[in-house]
Amino acid sequence: MKYQPVIGLEVHVQLLTDTKIFCGCSTKFGAEPNSQTCPVCLGLPGALPVLNKKVVEFAIKAGLSTNCSITPRSIFARKNYFYPDLPKGYQISQFEDPICQWGWLDIKVGEETKRIGITRIHMEEDAGKLVHGELSGPGDGSGVDLNRACTPLLEVVSEPDLRSSDEAVAYLKQLHQIVTWLGICDGNMEEGSFRCDANVSVMPVGSDKLGTRAEIKNVNSFKFVKLAIEYEIQRQIDLIEDGGTVVQETRLFDPNSGKTRSMRSKEEAHDYRYFPDPDLVPLVISEQWIERSRGELPELPEQRQQRFMAELGLPPYDAEVLTACRALADYFEAGVAAGGNAKAVGNWVMGEITRALNDSGTSIETCPVSPEQLAELLKLIDNGTISGKIAKTVFDEMWRSGKAPQAIVEEQGLIQVSDSGAIEGIIDEIIAANAGQVEEYRGGKEKVFGFFVGQVMKASKGKANPTVVNELLLNKLKG
Amino acid sequence: MKITVADVEHVARLARLTLTVGEKELFAGQMDAILGYVEKLNGVNTEGIVPTSHAVPMENAFREDITKSSIGLDKALANAPDRSGSFFAVPKVIE
Repeated sequence: MKYQPVIGLEVHVQLLTDTKIFCGCSTKFGAEPNSQTCPVCLGLPGALPVLNKKVVEFAIKAGLSTNCSITPRSIFARKNYFYPDLPKGYQISQFEDPICQWGWLDIKVGEETKRIGITRIHMEEDAGKLVHGELSGPGDGSGVDLNRACTPLLEVVSEPDLRSSDEAVAYLKQLHQIVTWLGICDGNMEEGSFRCDANVSVMPVGSDKLGTRAEIKNVNSFKFVKLAIEYEIQRQIDLIEDGGTVVQETRLFDPNSGKTRSMRSKEEAHDYRYFPDPDLVPLVISEQWIERSRGELPELPEQRQQRFMAELGLPPYDAEVLTACRALADYFEAGVAAGGNAKAVGNWVMGEITRALNDSGTSIETCPVSPEQLAELLKLIDNGTISGKIAKTVFDEMWRSGKAPQAIVEEQGLIQVSDSGAIEGIIDEIIAANAGQVEEYRGGKEKVFGFFVGQVMKASKGKANPTVVNELLLNKLKG
Repeated sequence: MKITVADVEHVARLARLTLTVGEKELFAGQMDAILGYVEKLNGVNTEGIVPTSHAVPMENAFREDITKSSIGLDKALANAPDRSGSFFAVPKVIE
């Protein structure tokens, strides 16, 4: 039998605020354990949580950027369960009336565009962190660090609209692009700033009855999402084919084995007994507030792609690559604003710059060659001062030294020779020294032409203007 | 509504409470009486009334995103039954 996978994703987005969601403790990563805590995030009796306004602003922006409706009146709820990393015995979250609902993203898989529904986006606090086996004290217990407790999160819940691991990854990448683009999340998956749980089930092709789903936790990279989902789909199909049934459970992905395994501790019936948190008053968001937020939204990746195509004449592929992240798009536009030709700047950003960034493990934000310098370099090519080939040498030197391209060209004497007299001299010498090849060429073996071009360029140390070389060579070789 | 011993056992387990047989029966009766009393409200006509989530008529209490100093490690751990270095020490929890 053929099976159809059905996948829904729950993504936790850690927000880039300075302080926690309900108290003024810092959210900075890497501090000494438990040093960033107070009665509120420690869950001490009598402490009063007060909502961080920036969290609401960020949630509205996320909602507007994913085509959600913003709920005019939303409330916080207590989700009750026991776990050592949860000091209050409940997590403050939203249950009924989350802040954003009924959104969607259009994802592209191959040539197809598909609309993926977003059920809801809600605000909640993170739990603390458990550490094992690195404690100095007696015994082999676990340690609790509550620095992360009460850190603001958005949980973005998709509809079960995804049908393959590739679709799931495409959706996830797009969501990741949006939240980092908005500047509301640093997107660091390794540090857990953007984490994903996948709900996976399978059903016979043609059926409209969803199978029982398993929830896969701990998938903290795009690659692992793909692997975990693919493993889980196959596991469920094998199970059903062997006459078994899928049970609803939480499973943990193990990146080392590439497998998922049951988490028995979480098998207990989920009965969270949600109820409105009496400590937090309802959140009312006016039309004016929503419109103000809408006005503050940056131009989003999709819109920017469209503009790059319409205004700057970029091909769709270039527009997509150049809007992969906001900093890259900004860099590209700054290069164009500094007078660079859009297509040429695009090619350089996607080519040399990206290569150099990858080779050196640098990000575009700290690129040693500024967009203005890149534009200058391109001008030197345009006005014939240097050839495109020499430009790459100049670029490498700009990268190393941070010097201006003009200065490098002058210092190293890289100015292109377009003077036909000088080039003719070189050509004459080469023709004289290679009589055999001249005969071959004149005898109809036109491929030899490339040999002459190469020789001339070599003799001029790459500085001869290739257009002039071609022209002159053609004439001279005619004999 | 009739609260059974099974209901009491369920919520007791969720709350990590161990109850004696006698307590389970006692609480089942008490909870049943309480819920039965509250159930009288179901007789009131509430058509067109938005469900109440909060008892006080207040909305939008915010704080700005400004860091306040935390209370410090030692104060944070002062009430802990057990500590290990900078951590709260708890029995081993492994997934």
